[in-house]
Amino acid sequence: MGRPNWVPAGTDLDKPNAARVYDYYLGGSHNFEADREMARRAIELWPDLPAIMRSNRAFLRRAVQHVAEAGISRFLDIGSGIPTFGAVHEMARGIRPEARVVYVDRDPVAVAHSRLLLADDLLSEVVEADLRSVEDLLARPEVAELLAAGEPVAVLLVAVLHFITDDDEPARLVSTLRDALPPGSALVLSHASMEGRPDQAGPHQDLYRRTPTPLTMRGRDRIVELFDGFDLVEPGVVYLPEWHPDNPEGIGPHPERMSGMAGVGFLR
Amino acid sequence: MSTAPPEGTVPPERHGRTGGRDRTGGHDSTDLHHPTLPTHPSHPGHPHQGRPDTRPDRYESATRFHEEWARLLQAGHGVAIHPGILRRLVSRTAGLLHRAQLEQPFRPDFAAEAGALLVDARFTDPAVLARAVELLQIQPLDGRGPALCGAFAAGWAAALRERTLREQEAIRLAADTARQEMEKALRASEARFRALFESAAIGIGLGDVDGNILAVNRALQELFGARPEDLQGRRVGDLVHPEDTPGVWEAYEELISGKRDYFQFDKPYYRHDGEVVWTHLTVSLIRDDDGKPVYQVAMLEDISDRYRLQERLRHQATHDPLTGLPNRVAFFERLEKLFEEPEPGARFGLCYVDLDGFKVVNDSLGHDTGDQLLAAVAGRLEAALTPLGHLVARLGGDEFVVLLENCRGEQEAVAAAKTVLAALAKPVLIGDHRLAVGASVGVLERRVATTTPGAAVRAADLTLYRAKEAGRGRWTLFDPTENARAVSRYTVSVRMPVALDRGEFFIDYQPLCSLADGSLVAVEALVRWRHPELGVLGPEEFIGIAEETGLIMPLGRWVLEQACTQAAAWVREFGDAAPQLNVNLAVRQARSAGLVGDLERILRSTGLSPDKLQLEITESTVVGPEDEALKSLHAVVDLGVSLAVDDFGTGWSNLAYLRDLPVSGLKIAGSFVGDLHDPGKDTHLGWRIISGLVSLAHSLGLTVTAEGVENGADADRLRLMGCDWAQGWHFGRPARPADIARRIAGSKLPPRP
Repeated sequence: MGRPNWVPAGTDLDKPNAARVYDYYLGGSHNFEADREMARRAIELWPDLPAIMRSNRAFLRRAVQHVAEAGISRFLDIGSGIPTFGAVHEMARGIRPEARVVYVDRDPVAVAHSRLLLADDLLSEVVEADLRSVEDLLARPEVAELLAAGEPVAVLLVAVLHFITDDDEPARLVSTLRDALPPGSALVLSHASMEGRPDQAGPHQDLYRRTPTPLTMRGRDRIVELFDGFDLVEPGVVYLPEWHPDNPEGIGPHPERMSGMAGVGFLR
Repeated sequence: MSTAPPEGTVPPERHGRTGGRDRTGGHDSTDLHHPTLPTHPSHPGHPHQGRPDTRPDRYESATRFHEEWARLLQAGHGVAIHPGILRRLVSRTAGLLHRAQLEQPFRPDFAAEAGALLVDARFTDPAVLARAVELLQIQPLDGRGPALCGAFAAGWAAALRERTLREQEAIRLAADTARQEMEKALRASEARFRALFESAAIGIGLGDVDGNILAVNRALQELFGARPEDLQGRRVGDLVHPEDTPGVWEAYEELISGKRDYFQFDKPYYRHDGEVVWTHLTVSLIRDDDGKPVYQVAMLEDISDRYRLQERLRHQATHDPLTGLPNRVAFFERLEKLFEEPEPGARFGLCYVDLDGFKVVNDSLGHDTGDQLLAAVAGRLEAALTPLGHLVARLGGDEFVVLLENCRGEQEAVAAAKTVLAALAKPVLIGDHRLAVGASVGVLERRVATTTPGAAVRAADLTLYRAKEAGRGRWTLFDPTENARAVSRYTVSVRMPVALDRGEFFIDYQPLCSLADGSLVAVEALVRWRHPELGVLGPEEFIGIAEETGLIMPLGRWVLEQACTQAAAWVREFGDAAPQLNVNLAVRQARSAGLVGDLERILRSTGLSPDKLQLEITESTVVGPEDEALKSLHAVVDLGVSLAVDDFGTGWSNLAYLRDLPVSGLKIAGSFVGDLHDPGKDTHLGWRIISGLVSLAHSLGLTVTAEGVENGADADRLRLMGCDWAQGWHFGRPARPADIARRIAGSKLPPRP
């Protein structure tokens, strides 16, 4: 923030980047040494991390499936990162072949990667924008066009709001998005939480402090508040594995160890 | 290799249901897509079917393997995969491994493909490989084990290697693309900035914090009349100019060392052609991300025209066009500056010069000659006195003045007067005329603290008249008595009676502060006369005459009324914080029978509590135990009003009377403290005298006030000596009532130095 629109963002490959670190957690190689170094240190401190990330990815899959089955075929994936494995358009088209997806990320490398990947996909767009400048994000032609049709849109804020500090007012950003949504739209949200593993919250946030995307873990109440104006789908905001598991065993013995919380809501 | 288990024994929910939908993946080995192969190691009619194996343990172990295999893939990464897709993957890979295990001839490539399929589904965790090999090894493999496991692992590794390289390539390409786009945007942004920098109308220069000039824009080059190479590589420090405002380089040093972030000054520079250009300069500091200073940016606006106009106007306003000397305005500016923040004990001198016989020259030889004479005189005075460090100004007509700042004493002022006379001793040649001009000089030499600019000039002027009267061509030294007499003689006495009616008097108040804590405890009312011709006169200039003429009675009453009204207003506004009021009581007032009656009436009408009023009398008010005044003073004290002896130590008082006087305070005359700074007097002795006066007063139970305290060091010493209160410039000059009110309101603040 504070950077005028006409001054380009940097691509600092020597600093770990959340999108590429996430890819590493998921076993991918779309990352650089700085990302891997940070990820390895994080895993060393908190060996459950790769499992948590997989759990988050699984939630994304189940949530996309859920809203697609509910009739939504437009998706706005904010903080999409590097969508190599189980990208939203692939998952959604399993149910709605006509699904359109606009991927948004603020990292120029993630955006360039997504563009290369989706060059031939006529129903997908990639936008470089920053959620913190939500008005600017909504004003981008690709986003505006997605919303303009008046058809319901699923906004995906999956593992992204914990990269918004309190100073940047995450609740205000979400409510601005909400106010721009057509009727019937949905919010899919997951968020790093300090509920499951309060012991890990401090060191883990410290690790991200050196990155361009410092981490702010929040409690369940704060996460529920983000759904203001939405009706939460049962069972509400829960630990990642608890949200509409594929089968009862899918929850696992310790869902709280997958410390993220997630929920899906439909516009009231 | 006919190893099929009996038909129908495979749990249908795990295998059969996937049915024909198992055709996933993009593998070219078509026979691997057989729907039943993954679950039925042997299948009748299959072209590759080898010798059948009907041993039940084989079948059981195959079933167990399939279960374990599914469990392996469902864990870990498997949770992120859609259950349907995962089921198909399990069937595919398990089927391939079965075929590799059983089919004849041995097809290790099936195992390799199973490994590759896992990697394609992003099972890239080496722990998966380890567990998979383990599961394969516990199968009865007829000696194919090592080769099969090896092929599986190699297939997994090769696919992983390919995948890793492919992903690394993709992310590298993305990074390059992003970087290129950013560089493109950066170039565009830089081009915009470059255009902004280059075409700005204001001169802009960029330098490092070592003072090297790195870049200058076109406007700055034009401002300096220089080419880029003339400026680049030069150092900021080279741009010094003798007329630089004091402080500009100090500000610069603070900036480059990071102590300040910007500064603004009007600053002259030498252009490349040697001309001077005046600029309005703003310099800003640029820091890196860690806050370390890295660059300085200077912005310069050419204000030469404005500056020259301003200078011309200023020169015109402050210089006499005929002689080029500073004029009256400039002289008063300098004089007033002396009074703004004087050093303790600072002295100054004035020589008021008037030419003798100038009128004759002017009238007989004409104004031109007169003007030339004035210019010549001015030249001589300036030549003689400026080298001594004195200021010569023309006040108007044939009047000049010499100002001695930091004067060391009367001798120096007198020497200056003698220099004036000597400079004009020789006749002046104007055309064919040899004009003998003499002059008279009034000399005044005072401590800054004892007077005001207006009073000083007036006194010097009156002293000059005495010199003229005494016979011209000479200097005369200021004498306070003579001065007072002159004032009264010329203007004061005649006018004073009407002045009271016309409201020409007003009152200033000077603070008296507690030495213990600096708080404001009292104010002394000091009457002033705004004389229509002489300006503001202080009490020392007209009270004497008022006493002589008897006007002191109505004036004294007026002062009491005014001051008590004011003091009562302060009490209403500030309550206990309001200061006590001190009013001087003239001898004649003290002896007046009406004093007590007047006081009673005034206190009643103003509502001022008597204990807030103190009257200051002089030592000469009471001359003996039988004095009439003593009676009325006792009556005053009976009213509840207190008394103090003012200017103590200057009269020849009989100390014995002091104990009979109903006074509660004593004010040590300002000359005692003033003498401490007189180089001709023994400071040590001075302090001992003051100390003696303080203990004398204390032994009589009186509150002691030191007058004329001009600096903090003296105040500290007086405090240590036990002196109670103090008055003087250090604690505040006489001020308007509004200033006093502000002072009371802010009484928690320390006294102004």
